[in-house]
Amino acid sequence: MSHRAAAPQPRLKLTWKERVAIWRDSDLWLSFKASPVAIMSTAVTLLIVIAAIFADVLAPQDAFDPVALNLLDGFAHPMERGAGSNMLFVMGSDEQGRDIFSALFYGTRLSLLVGVASVIFSMVLGIGLGLLAGYLGGKIEMLIMRVADIQLSFPAILIALLIFGVARGLIPPQQYETTAVFVIIIAIGLSNWAQYARTVRASTLVERNKEYVQAARLMGISGFGIMARHVLPNVMGPVLVIATINLALAIIEEATLSFLGVGLPITQPSLGTLIRSGQKFLLSGEWWILFFPAMMLVILALAINLLGDWLRDALNPKLR
Amino acid sequence: MLAFILRRIGQAILVLLTVALISFSLFRFVGDPTQQMTSQDTTLEERLQIRKNLGLDDPVIIQFARFVGNAARFDFGVSYQNRQPVAKLIGDRFPATMELAFASAMFALFAGIPMGVYAGLKPNSWLARVFQTVSLVGISLPTFLIGILLIFIFSVTFGLLPSFGRQGVVNLGFWTTGFLTWEGIRSLILPSITLGLFQMTLIMRLVRSEMMEVLRTDYVKFAKARGLTPRAVNYRHALKNTLIPVITITGLQLGSIIAFAIITETVFQWPGMGLMFLQAVQTVDIPIMSAYLLLVATLFVLINLIVDLLYALVDPRIRLSGKAA
Repeated sequence: MSHRAAAPQPRLKLTWKERVAIWRDSDLWLSFKASPVAIMSTAVTLLIVIAAIFADVLAPQDAFDPVALNLLDGFAHPMERGAGSNMLFVMGSDEQGRDIFSALFYGTRLSLLVGVASVIFSMVLGIGLGLLAGYLGGKIEMLIMRVADIQLSFPAILIALLIFGVARGLIPPQQYETTAVFVIIIAIGLSNWAQYARTVRASTLVERNKEYVQAARLMGISGFGIMARHVLPNVMGPVLVIATINLALAIIEEATLSFLGVGLPITQPSLGTLIRSGQKFLLSGEWWILFFPAMMLVILALAINLLGDWLRDALNPKLR
Repeated sequence: MLAFILRRIGQAILVLLTVALISFSLFRFVGDPTQQMTSQDTTLEERLQIRKNLGLDDPVIIQFARFVGNAARFDFGVSYQNRQPVAKLIGDRFPATMELAFASAMFALFAGIPMGVYAGLKPNSWLARVFQTVSLVGISLPTFLIGILLIFIFSVTFGLLPSFGRQGVVNLGFWTTGFLTWEGIRSLILPSITLGLFQMTLIMRLVRSEMMEVLRTDYVKFAKARGLTPRAVNYRHALKNTLIPVITITGLQLGSIIAFAIITETVFQWPGMGLMFLQAVQTVDIPIMSAYLLLVATLFVLINLIVDLLYALVDPRIRLSGKAA
């Protein structure tokens, strides 16, 4: 019955094409196009991620199925054919005839999986606590930030080791292997949340007093709604930078833990586990068992680090 | 100033109590302490007796008070694995870690500062670029890989230095040292470079950027205008002012050197506290874990406290803001 014609509603949903157009017009894309380092590191990272995802298809050998291994192939040099199966070992083989090249696919997959999962874990935890602290203030803020202060004064690796030790004490020995991946994700995730919490809290304190938050409050949106829908999107920039750099750190942390023998077991090897098992052959001259996983780890961490560095500069308004 | 010191000490004690609470909860709630000290043949009565002797039936708050009291007297209980007092085990290993940490810090300072000064004075020379590249490698390579790389180059390929262990140790009764013999110093070289490389690159980058900043200030320009020699300007005027942040960072990094010793000690099988802690984590030897945690936390808090107080002494702005609060 209304005589007023319905006003054209502003479209909130953008089509895919429009999104691409906006993206291609953004400062971020311009800065990306102008930076060879960013393009290179993105390409390398993408290549590694694809190789990891399709490890089952791409790896020449099912490296962690004992049936697929031939003991006669043991210690083949790089680019040598195995004595047992006559298979070509591009990067050599280990003492059980396992193809190092194939092992890299699976190892990288686990390293990436643990890295990404633990970064997501610490990000969710850190963002949640940081938003709470910044938005609510008072005693909760003090408590959260004090805990973050204490934790930040200890190196992450120490905290992760401790959490791992506690988990070992609580989990029955028969379940070590099945739970190892989760334990290590939680250990690394819990050791890195404080940085997110600090950053998010600092940005939330700034955003809290802006007019759009006040407007949202006047509209009667709940505190939780304001935090999640209005404040959060505006504090995500710095969080993304930290997350990228932390991904490299988390991958190295996982490799370090596995190297120390408190990470992933040899039945589910990550790059760190592969390096650990290669170390004992270094003194006897079989250098390739250690060399290739180590190179892979360094390249992966370096590419992600460079990407993070670029992202930090590109999102920093002072440098524009 | 006194208020600032007292407040800072109060905070430090609070942090230590928090860590003590975590250590205590580890000891009390992770696994059953009696389970570790008994075998399958132990009867129920004996188990109850052990529980009583350990005081596990008392209220938790009293147990915590006892734990703190014991810790203050360096009594951390008995290791589950070795059946020896934890304090003795740590005492035996303490000198090894401390000497390694000291040697690493010295390496970081005496290599990092000159490299940083040079890179700051001549930022475009090829050597400065080499330093920058090396520092990038030092930051992005994981510690354990640096250790393995050094072993591969200097021990396996050239056979110059020992690849593992702490050799040539002289026992002084209360302390064991490797500094007195040639063997001891040789076995210290690779581990301390591995451990100190990250800190060295940190110091180098810091000194470099501070130098470049200081060289642009008016008082340095004025010193040049007065006709002082470049040597006097660069070292007496510029370098002096870059050293304050360097001292702070070195102090704060000492804590992480001790923590990262866990990795270096594992790579080089160095018989220090870190290696012991790692073995304790693997075998769930809770008394050693909680004692190590407390010890490292105390070291961290002490170092932080000293650095903060020194800073307040050097920089009056911090004292004043302390008064206003």
